[in-house]
Amino acid sequence: MELLKKYPKLFQWLFLLVVFFALCFAIDVPETYKFIRGQAEFIKDPNQSTYILFGKEVRYYAFDNFWRLPPLLGWLPIWINDGLFFLLNEWMPMEFWDSATQEYKTRPLVLQISRNITAFMTFLIELIREILLGGVETIVAFTSWNFVSAYPWAKLPGLPWTIVAAGAAILAYKLSGKGLAIFAGLVMIYISVFGQWKPSMQTLSFILVAAPLSFIFGLSLGVMAYKSKRVEKALYPILLVMQTMPQYAVLVPAMVLFGIGDHAAVIITMVVAIPPMILLTLLGLRGVSPEVIEAGKMSGCSNWQLLTEVLIPTARRDILIGVNQVIMVCFSMAVISAFIGAKGLGWNLLLALNQLNIGLALEAGLCISLIAILLDKMSLAWANKQTDYFGNLTFYQRYKNTIFFGGAVVVGMILALAGSFFFKEGFNYLYEVPHNKGISTADFWNKGVDWIFDTFFVYIKAFNTWLITEVLQPMRALYLRMPAVATLVLVVGAGYIIGGIRSAFTVGGLTLFIALSPWWDRALVTTYMATFGVIVSCTIGFVVGTLCQQNTYTTKFMLGICDIFQTFPSFVYLIPVMMLFGVTDTSVLIAVIVYATIPATRYTIEGLRSVPVALHDAATMSGVTKLQRLFKIEFPLAFPHMMLGLNQTIVFALFMVIIGAFIGTEDLGQYILKALSDKAGGGKGLVLGICVAFIGLIFDNLIRTWVEKRKKHLGID
Amino acid sequence: MTDAVIKCESVYKIFGVNAKKMLEEANGNVDAKTFQEKGCIVGVNNASFEVSKGEMLVVMGLSGSGKSTLLRCISRLTDATGGKIFIEGQDLLSLKEKELIELRRNKMGMVFQSFALLPHKTVLENIAFPLLVKGVETENSINKAMDMVKLVGLDGRENYFPRELSGGQQQRVGIARSLAVEPDIWFLDEPFSALDPLIRKEMQDEFLRLQEKLKKTIMFITHDFDEALKLADRIAIMKDGIIEQLDTPAKIVLNPATEYVKKFTEEVPREKVLIIEDVMDAPTSDNLSNLKVSKDEIIENVAEKILSQEKSVGVVDKNNKIVGTVHPSKIIHTVFGGRKENS
Ligand SMILES: Nc1ncnc2c1ncn2[C@@H]1O[C@H](COP(=O)(O)OP(=O)(O)O)[C@@H](O)[C@H]1O
Ligand SMILES: [Mg+2]
Repeated sequence: MELLKKYPKLFQWLFLLVVFFALCFAIDVPETYKFIRGQAEFIKDPNQSTYILFGKEVRYYAFDNFWRLPPLLGWLPIWINDGLFFLLNEWMPMEFWDSATQEYKTRPLVLQISRNITAFMTFLIELIREILLGGVETIVAFTSWNFVSAYPWAKLPGLPWTIVAAGAAILAYKLSGKGLAIFAGLVMIYISVFGQWKPSMQTLSFILVAAPLSFIFGLSLGVMAYKSKRVEKALYPILLVMQTMPQYAVLVPAMVLFGIGDHAAVIITMVVAIPPMILLTLLGLRGVSPEVIEAGKMSGCSNWQLLTEVLIPTARRDILIGVNQVIMVCFSMAVISAFIGAKGLGWNLLLALNQLNIGLALEAGLCISLIAILLDKMSLAWANKQTDYFGNLTFYQRYKNTIFFGGAVVVGMILALAGSFFFKEGFNYLYEVPHNKGISTADFWNKGVDWIFDTFFVYIKAFNTWLITEVLQPMRALYLRMPAVATLVLVVGAGYIIGGIRSAFTVGGLTLFIALSPWWDRALVTTYMATFGVIVSCTIGFVVGTLCQQNTYTTKFMLGICDIFQTFPSFVYLIPVMMLFGVTDTSVLIAVIVYATIPATRYTIEGLRSVPVALHDAATMSGVTKLQRLFKIEFPLAFPHMMLGLNQTIVFALFMVIIGAFIGTEDLGQYILKALSDKAGGGKGLVLGICVAFIGLIFDNLIRTWVEKRKKHLGID
Repeated sequence: MTDAVIKCESVYKIFGVNAKKMLEEANGNVDAKTFQEKGCIVGVNNASFEVSKGEMLVVMGLSGSGKSTLLRCISRLTDATGGKIFIEGQDLLSLKEKELIELRRNKMGMVFQSFALLPHKTVLENIAFPLLVKGVETENSINKAMDMVKLVGLDGRENYFPRELSGGQQQRVGIARSLAVEPDIWFLDEPFSALDPLIRKEMQDEFLRLQEKLKKTIMFITHDFDEALKLADRIAIMKDGIIEQLDTPAKIVLNPATEYVKKFTEEVPREKVLIIEDVMDAPTSDNLSNLKVSKDEIIENVAEKILSQEKSVGVVDKNNKIVGTVHPSKIIHTVFGGRKENS
């Protein structure tokens, strides 16, 4: 009894676990139960039960309700799909002027809107693309195809790569200085010399449209949410779900609405990139001290001046993190949206991965990552740039960047012209190095992979087999062995113990949604892979983070590494693991672990750093050893912050698990991938995505609630 | 009456959802406790006063007594729940957004406790900010801001960022910024409270020097009674949103209106605050000593001379006419009296 009073929570947990395991043992696996493999769901089977709701037939295998709940939400994807179809093809037909045929046409409103957005996006992308690479589409947009075929000179010539490289370097110099300029120049030269120019510029044009648009929309919506409670309340649930929604899942419904191609990719990228931008804008604006706002008002700012001159610049720190996120998401999406036909490096990367040509994939992946790092650094430098408009500059100083760029343009043109005489066989290397004519290291890498495989095949295979049969299979079986009711009890109980009734209802509701969807088994597999990844990542991240934090240099070094790794698009992580482990679950899990270790490490370091120095000193003065200090003071205090890292780790792990479908996993991701090629996949993709998002949100809710309580308890904020 | 630059008539500020309705129902009889029970916080409770041109009114009170709220009402950073406020005869509460901005751009300047500088702008940019916002050309703004930099003694640091300055220097920037548009009315909300005592004294002296030169109409807020005594023409003492007493420093020290005010005055060295006129008795026909003192002298300055006399000393006005007398015992009583009762 004494003990019970002292540790009430502990006993609550124990009680919960006892109930959970009792349920697990009490409820037997039904004899007919088996994990449904990929294709089986389409087979009509007399053993299946059916029900009809809203005129839609849902087929499923019925089990005891304690074991698996019936998919009462099975109609949802079908229904969403039909809804989308109806909106697009039948709802609100209206007369629209069609300039191509010079007459009015009847079209559903949504379709027309979607067409207009599509046309606008396509125009933007093509404009930038043709400035960089040349082409006729932009001119066509203003005139017609007839015009272009009548006047063959009427096309954008495209810039020689030398000029673009020089331009990038000069821009980098203007923004930051020599270091970044050299880096920018090298990246551009690398891309060109290795024959990745065209796909890189295609990707770049996509990003130069998607990133600024996402930034502008995210910032505006963030400001609106800041100004109006109602907007914020309306946005908040969507933002929450979008934060944990795998980017992959958004592809399908967007494809239904906007078709396939670069424009659809831009729209999807915006859908994914805007939510974090909104959240961070909101966070930043909230953090502006009221006195600064009042000072702005007393200086006589109008509302607009207050916003642009006081609020946004003062909230710059968080807004910048938002920009950084936008850029990361854009590059991530640059790869993922290759699934719906976006051109560029992503396309090459996927193609190469599909053909198991690791070398090619590596080259494309490296290019994407380099451009990502470059843009990230440039945007940071841009935001941190100080205008020195009081200095007395001479004409040359003021315009030297413009002069240099002008010079570069002239030199580049001359070089390109000279090149056209010098290179006779039709490829002008000084204008654009063609895709397959650059230096390629693919063979080297492929040979390397082969060598690794030949040399270490036995060990790798042994490790692989061991991991799969001894660890993964049993773990997966355990997860699948959980009766649905037991899982629900566990989740709701955890919610109650951590956050009371409110939390219990929230997480219970989220779990119930998944349990009632047709994909509970799949969700369990996703959770199992994510859990495995998270456990290993956290262990690694925690140990590495703690070790690095002992020294300022290693701390800086590690944070720098995290920064760089974070900029890599998630797909890039699949390359090296496929190189080593081929197409297996092991590959996915290792990619998950590598990817999810980044936030785990970062938050450990930052958590430990957030411990007040005064406490540190006080502890040292009272004569505790370093180890004691670590365990008695720093860990407990840093723990809330570290738990937020766990949160991120889970989200990262989930994303990677879903992307792992590309290698061939049997979880929710597999179905999302399938929905991509399914005509009626829109609803399915969305609901699957929501299921994954909910898994993330369940953990998110539990962790956040716990952290809040803990922080209050420790009196830190 | 028309020379009142700031004029408040029964100003109320009550925080809470139903504040307005509750205020109407209360019929001018606002009790903080009953309001609090209904979920409303009384910030300012029935404040009425005037500040005339060139005068410095210091509002003094402990933290949470509603000083800042009162100031925010007068600068309309928050809208008063009830009452009327006039700025140079203009009804502040009826001003439209545009007119309000104009008023702030031309007539008002404000200094904040936490400095409230814009972190992304340099000293010079911060000071030029109100001018730029107003639409003054960049070059003129910069020149004007440079004058301000010199005025507050920050020359050579105009290109620093706020984070590179000490607290005192940051507040100098705040002061310079608030003066850049040459406002007639100057609000200061605990400008020196965040500073170290030595720096604070230095800033106070500097502030007095500036005011000597600029002669602004000032509302100055502080929680430090000594600071109030040192700077004020008149002091308003606030408690729980109510102005307990509003008077000249000497009158407050001599005749504290409430127990609350008295507590502050007890520790005050009176000889530094009071002038002879405050303590003199009516002129009598007794024979006086040969010494004569002016009625406007601060006691501290003449105490020694008076104490060296045995008989009463005559007090004279500007025209050298005797208007009263002071007996040395009275001086002793004034200087030590208050504190003796206390100990
Ligand atoms: N925005 C607000 N909402 C609710 N209560 C407030 C608000 N601003 C101030 N108050 C309350 O009004 C009272 C007076 O505050 P304030 O004027 O800031 O005091 P002071 O400046 O004298 O320290 C305090 O009790 C404070 O809690
Ligand atoms: Mg205050």
